[in-house]
Amino acid sequence: MENVIIGLEIHVQLNRLASKMFCKCSTAYHNSPPNSHTCPVCLGLPGSLPVINRKAVEYGIKVGLALNCRIEEETLFYRKNYYYPDLPKGFQISQYDFPLATNGHIMILGDDGAERNIRINRAHMEEDPGRLVHAGTIDKAKYTMVDYNRCGMPLLEVVTEPDLTSPKEARAFLDKLKSILEYLEVFDGSLEGAMRVDANISLKGGDRSEVKNISGFKGVEKALSYEITRQKNLKRRNIKVVQETRHFDEIRNITVSIRSKVGAHDYRYFPECDLAVLRIASWVPEIKAALPELPDAKRERFVKQYGLTDDHAKSLTSEIKVANFYEAVAAQAAPKLAAVWIADVLKGELNYRDLSIESFKEEHMAEIVGMLEKSQITEDGAVQIIRALLDKKGGSPGEIVKSLGLGKAEDDAVQKAVREAVAECSAAVADYRAGSERALNFIVGQVMKKTRGKADAGEVHRLVKAEVDKA
Amino acid sequence: MLRNLMKQLRDGSAEEYLSRLYERIEKSRLNGFTTLAKESALEEARRFDKIPGQGLLSGLPIAIKECISTKGVETNCSSNILRGYIPPYDAHVIERLKAEGAIIMGKTNMDEFAMGTSTETSCFGPTRNPWDIDTVPGGSSGGSAAVVAGGEAPCSLGSDTGGSVRCPASFCGIVGLKPTYGLVSRYGLVAYANSLEQIGPLTHTVEDNALLLQVISGHDKRDSTSAPRPAQSYLEGLDDGVVGMRIGIPREYFGEGVAPAVEKAVWQGIHTLESLGASWQEVSLPHTRYALAAYYMVAMSEASSNLARFDGLRYGLREGEDKDWHTTFSAIRAKGFGPEVKRRIMLGTYALSAGYYGRYYLKALKVRTLIKEDFLRAFKEVDILASPTMPIPAFKIGERINDPLSLYLADVFTVPINLAGVPAISVPCGFDGRLPVGLQIIGPHFGEAAVLKAAQAFESATPFHEAKPEVV
Repeated sequence: MENVIIGLEIHVQLNRLASKMFCKCSTAYHNSPPNSHTCPVCLGLPGSLPVINRKAVEYGIKVGLALNCRIEEETLFYRKNYYYPDLPKGFQISQYDFPLATNGHIMILGDDGAERNIRINRAHMEEDPGRLVHAGTIDKAKYTMVDYNRCGMPLLEVVTEPDLTSPKEARAFLDKLKSILEYLEVFDGSLEGAMRVDANISLKGGDRSEVKNISGFKGVEKALSYEITRQKNLKRRNIKVVQETRHFDEIRNITVSIRSKVGAHDYRYFPECDLAVLRIASWVPEIKAALPELPDAKRERFVKQYGLTDDHAKSLTSEIKVANFYEAVAAQAAPKLAAVWIADVLKGELNYRDLSIESFKEEHMAEIVGMLEKSQITEDGAVQIIRALLDKKGGSPGEIVKSLGLGKAEDDAVQKAVREAVAECSAAVADYRAGSERALNFIVGQVMKKTRGKADAGEVHRLVKAEVDKA
Repeated sequence: MLRNLMKQLRDGSAEEYLSRLYERIEKSRLNGFTTLAKESALEEARRFDKIPGQGLLSGLPIAIKECISTKGVETNCSSNILRGYIPPYDAHVIERLKAEGAIIMGKTNMDEFAMGTSTETSCFGPTRNPWDIDTVPGGSSGGSAAVVAGGEAPCSLGSDTGGSVRCPASFCGIVGLKPTYGLVSRYGLVAYANSLEQIGPLTHTVEDNALLLQVISGHDKRDSTSAPRPAQSYLEGLDDGVVGMRIGIPREYFGEGVAPAVEKAVWQGIHTLESLGASWQEVSLPHTRYALAAYYMVAMSEASSNLARFDGLRYGLREGEDKDWHTTFSAIRAKGFGPEVKRRIMLGTYALSAGYYGRYYLKALKVRTLIKEDFLRAFKEVDILASPTMPIPAFKIGERINDPLSLYLADVFTVPINLAGVPAISVPCGFDGRLPVGLQIIGPHFGEAAVLKAAQAFESATPFHEAKPEVV
């Protein structure tokens, strides 16, 4: 896929803010009736004026710094002029020259497994337009309704350089960006429409198409994959790719050409003189000092402080909530063992059930790791406890051990079972002595049967081998 | 005068006074009012008659220009595209007026979206000048000026983007002030050219003007360009006189293009101030000749964006069957806007287009800076500047409406003030035949006190503000 060139424009709603970008309306409009979170300002009523939400700009600077951007000395807002029903002023207040942040970069894991540096062109602030609700599909709707609840939501648009080379890398970039935004506590990715992506994609040497307004990371991967196939097919048939805007149809999993908003795309940007120029250079030191530890730094620290493998550290730091969960558990139980069980088992079980880490209690995990450490339960038993807790069977890990009889069998009981099994399986013993190591597994299986799984399989294997060798 | 009136209202009946005004308005030939808020105003008056409040303007009726947002009272900017739009909120100035007990009488006619110098571009037809019914009242706040001059309202508010308060004040023989940009909140003023305009009072006397300014000025967090300055009393020191005051006479504001009668009346005014103890000297504002071009470039560019919101989707004109988005909103805009508004939107759109932005808009901003520097330089030498407000007295209705360029040229002495953001007042200083002439007094940024003081001294020494037109 080395011939694919992808650049992303990501619209991030700074939805952890209390109020909209230029008015006092609340940002908590989800699940509200349409057009109930509006005022003269976000409806663009004649005579209304915008006032900058200072906190939104601070959040923007935070993100800019976390993306290793240069923060401008001064920043200002522009009007981006175009006619659309979701835009009640006939222009969007956005940024143009002197955006908040420029020239950044973040590291992602490339397709070849190596770290890749993805350059960020800029990050700028703007207001979200309203939301169009089509009666049917976008190309066939008979009418369209507008909900202005979203109008004026603070948006940060992050623009990458065309440094991504596959849909998978695009996904990796988005995952990393989301992770950083959640670390910064400026963004809640669980809310509908929180992050929307425009993707520019071309084959080397060809013209690019822009797929607009894709929501969901899976959608981005699918849309990009479809576009690559489409463009390759065109190329094969010697048809030129047209530079155009396309829409991703999530139901049919294809992209379709849409008519552009204004014919020539001349947005007639000019400064918004209802707003003052912001001298933000002086804001930076304080914001910088308050930046939290970011994913990459946390991952390095986990490796150093807890002696984790890099893979485990990465898995545990990709989400701030998981990282915090891990550290809470590691403070009460063996850190390395905890890492294995959280990264390799718990995360998988959560994923399978579409649950988040909040569904599991830190003290429960610490208790399970503690029992494993003391060999009070088997690995199988631990998995069963985790499942029982997630499936809301009730009780603490200790209680589940008792109720399900998951306590590891007493040593003499295991010894007894080993002796019996070796005596009963003379054929297997003979095979082993004839050189078949695998024959032991049959005997181990018999022991496990006798102990009803309470024995530790590794331990049993060791005991069986010793018993046979002794005889 | 307003203070006397308010005393009379307190002793007599505001309801009676207001009813007499409405009778006069209903018989009027001026076409100054567009929308009347008669019921709510009379109700307020009755309330005042029962319990007169303690506000600075308690019981005082006031007329408001069509482009200032009034809750529950149609605000249409004298444009078909906004007919029927009833705002759900009051502009900052309206909140202030109401808080001090003033009574909103209704809305006054204006050039459509304040684009004009004669009030002839209104969708309601022209307003007439009380001094000569066949003559324009000036614009764009022609309605606000005519109703005050014609005795239909004791005072009014207008807005001034390039002279829109001062021009009609001058043509109608009353006092009109354009405050420093940022002194009065624009929250609720429907924007024409937002970097230029301010709301200002139109009154018979300078003292009345100072009183209204005191009420409507002051910081408002909802307007980011509103200056965070402490409140100031403009009545205090109003009568201190002009002894020792240095007046600059901008060379570029006299001579060619100025009607001889206007020039004569203005010079007499300057000599009056001299006789009261001020001194005058000639100064130069060398970039004046570029002001009109820069003004129209900036104003039209901003207008093209400010008026983009009028698409008929949420309020205002909605006609015929809806088709697809582009067809529908284009048809509404084609039908709703008048020719002057369309001209300015198209010119502004052109000036902001890719490839032309640097050549037109940015260049105009550079000229704007030079013009502002002209004023800053002049105010190092003098305290105020004096000039004609308009180079000509009011002209006949229909005389210039088909010649936009000659109309634009009439703004030559008012637009530099908006480009620089400084305050200026127009006070009556004589007549050309039976038509009034206005003297413009310009001050440095936030120098309203000096401007008003000079205007007050001039008014006290002259009879022009007492002259009344003979109108029905």
